[in-house]
Amino acid sequence: MSTDNTVHGAHTAHVAHHFKTAEQQYSSGKEGIWLFMLTEILMFGAIFVGYAIYHNMYPAMFAEGASSLDWKMGFVNTLVLIFSSFTMAISISFIQKNEQKKAVLALATTVLCGAIFMVIKYFEYQHKFHLGLFPGKFLDVAKVGAEHANLGLYFGFYYVMTGLHGIHVLLGMGLITWCLIRTIRGDFHSQYWIVVEGVGLFWHIVDLIWIFLFPLLYLVG
Amino acid sequence: MANTKAHGDNYINFEKGIWSWLTTVDHKRIGLMYFITVMFFFLIGGIMALLLRLELFAPNAAPNVGQILANGDVYNQVMTYHGAIMVFMVIVPGIPAILGNFFLPLQIGAKDVAFPRINLLSWYCFMAGAILAIATFFTTKIDTGWTFYTPYSIRTGTATAMMVLAAFIMGMSSILTGLNFIVTVHKLRAPGMTMHRMPLFIWSLYATAILQMLATPVLGITLLLLAVERFLGIGIFDPKLGGDPVLFQHFFWFYSHPAVYIMIIPAMGIISELITTFSKKVIFGYTAIAYSSLGIAAVSFFVWGHHMFVSGQSETTGIVFSFLTMLVGVPTAIKMFNWVATFYKGSVEFRSPMLYALGFMFLFAIGGVTGVMLATLPIDVHFHDTYFVVAHFHYVMVGGTLMALMGGYYYWFPKMFGKMYNETTARISFVFIFIGFNVTFFPQFILGAMGMPRRYFDYIPAYENLNKISTVGSWLILIGFLVGLYTIVQGLMKGEKAPMNPWGSKTLEWQTSSPPPHDNFSVEPVVTAGPYEYR
Repeated sequence: MSTDNTVHGAHTAHVAHHFKTAEQQYSSGKEGIWLFMLTEILMFGAIFVGYAIYHNMYPAMFAEGASSLDWKMGFVNTLVLIFSSFTMAISISFIQKNEQKKAVLALATTVLCGAIFMVIKYFEYQHKFHLGLFPGKFLDVAKVGAEHANLGLYFGFYYVMTGLHGIHVLLGMGLITWCLIRTIRGDFHSQYWIVVEGVGLFWHIVDLIWIFLFPLLYLVG
Repeated sequence: MANTKAHGDNYINFEKGIWSWLTTVDHKRIGLMYFITVMFFFLIGGIMALLLRLELFAPNAAPNVGQILANGDVYNQVMTYHGAIMVFMVIVPGIPAILGNFFLPLQIGAKDVAFPRINLLSWYCFMAGAILAIATFFTTKIDTGWTFYTPYSIRTGTATAMMVLAAFIMGMSSILTGLNFIVTVHKLRAPGMTMHRMPLFIWSLYATAILQMLATPVLGITLLLLAVERFLGIGIFDPKLGGDPVLFQHFFWFYSHPAVYIMIIPAMGIISELITTFSKKVIFGYTAIAYSSLGIAAVSFFVWGHHMFVSGQSETTGIVFSFLTMLVGVPTAIKMFNWVATFYKGSVEFRSPMLYALGFMFLFAIGGVTGVMLATLPIDVHFHDTYFVVAHFHYVMVGGTLMALMGGYYYWFPKMFGKMYNETTARISFVFIFIGFNVTFFPQFILGAMGMPRRYFDYIPAYENLNKISTVGSWLILIGFLVGLYTIVQGLMKGEKAPMNPWGSKTLEWQTSSPPPHDNFSVEPVVTAGPYEYR
């Protein structure tokens, strides 16, 4: 419904009717996505505070929990996500240079990295389940031979934090796939890329949260 | 604009059919959809309140009239739904989502909010959460109170998890609205509309949006953890499993205290508009009022501990929170004094929106002063969990927010619907609500001081007379709202056609036709002066 082509002569198909210029739309979108990132950080922030409190309360129990995680798998996943952040970033730069084919390749690699992350996560979860390391009341302390009676609390944090993060990875993969399809369709070009940039920012935040989760859950002991 | 030929000339008849409403991205239509849904929930929450007062009309031992509700469990459920519905579905979304959605773009001269589709999404989030919340009523009715305190909320055999997930989803709606408003205020102001030329309602919505953005995510994760705790028993809030129930209170009030300012700051914004318009005078201390909204928002993040004076937190913490809480009184009083100063040498006109503004100031002053009383640590320890607290927050939430909401409806009614309402019935409605409110809640201050605990479904005979008065007051409020409903329906059906600017206001929303066209302004406004240049 962009009927108003007169204002600054800049009204093209990708500028919504209530914006005057492409710049106004771009800066609005960018501010919106940054504010949304802020809410994500606050949401994870509260759970990090919970982690800090209970880690302080039961340090030995947390050490026991951390020692039963496989840091190598976590490390590989960290590398996978950092690499995916890189491919996400260059995809935007390709779109800005109108090199859509390379951008599609970069976006596809990013989705693939997300998938690799989730597969590794799946094997980790499966291994934990196999050992009987369930969250909360489902963890049978006698059966797993745990030293600390409330080891379920550690695994509660583990599953809630990585689970919530995993949901975000899946959401991110969906959003990137959507960007991928729209890039193939030719929606994005050197004049219009804010959607990809927004999704990219989301993806970076998801990676950043993992970068905090990895040492807190796997390494701090 | 080019499209107006194929469509009607205002936003209501721009497109036709229910589908055009359900898929609309027009902020004005979304505001109206919020209006209808929120009013519906207000009706349900109000019926619950009347039931509670009916039960408390007499002690259970009294013959015939003693017990209305089947037992204490039912009372707890009714109380929980009254609280949860009124908080999450009425006063939190009330002003920002209805009047904010409708008037924020109009008042800053924009065509829409920054993200119209996200605006629609926020309405659907709200509806999804609200339906889920109401659905709990048909499973095992929850009985935790709207605060979901642990460990009881973990152990009670009711649909608590469903209810907290509903609140989580409604929280997303609140976040999206806040995000939209901040970006709209930053990026979409008309030429010449500097931040310091924005109407004070916009400043208040802006401060509110910051709170919605920063506080709600913490509530979200808290409620999620509560649900996880119920399903998995991880022991984060359950002391039996090594968890800390007080941590829940910290998390909960970190949101829920700022949330009470989410409820009240936009109300203050409406009052600023009403007082300056109906005094025909530039508002006194524009800058002070604008920044005091931000001041309240800032302080609100550091006062949550005053809900927890008797929770076992350290005395030092209590004292610090006590002093920090009193700080809220400063920006609040700044607003009050500036409003009063605006009357001075103004030509004050006692139209019904103005009556509500005056009602607000009277009731909010009582609510605010008792708030400072309750902030005082030793006094709070005495009054904690008594009816004094109930009376205090109803004076603030109902006497404050609801009064402003009603005043705002009457003020903007001509603009929203293009019709005038009946001034006489609107005034009658106000008189009943105002008197009824005081009759209902003032006795509760005395009851609280006498030691009557809140949330109980029965009481000793010594409290009987004051409780009777209070219940009778609730009927007066009911009459008031029924007359108000009549006024609105009558205005919609038979009201005279409203002129563009019936009150002679200076803000931008009155400089376009009533009701506004689809794109808000036929010519983009250019702003050259402040919002209240009366004289």
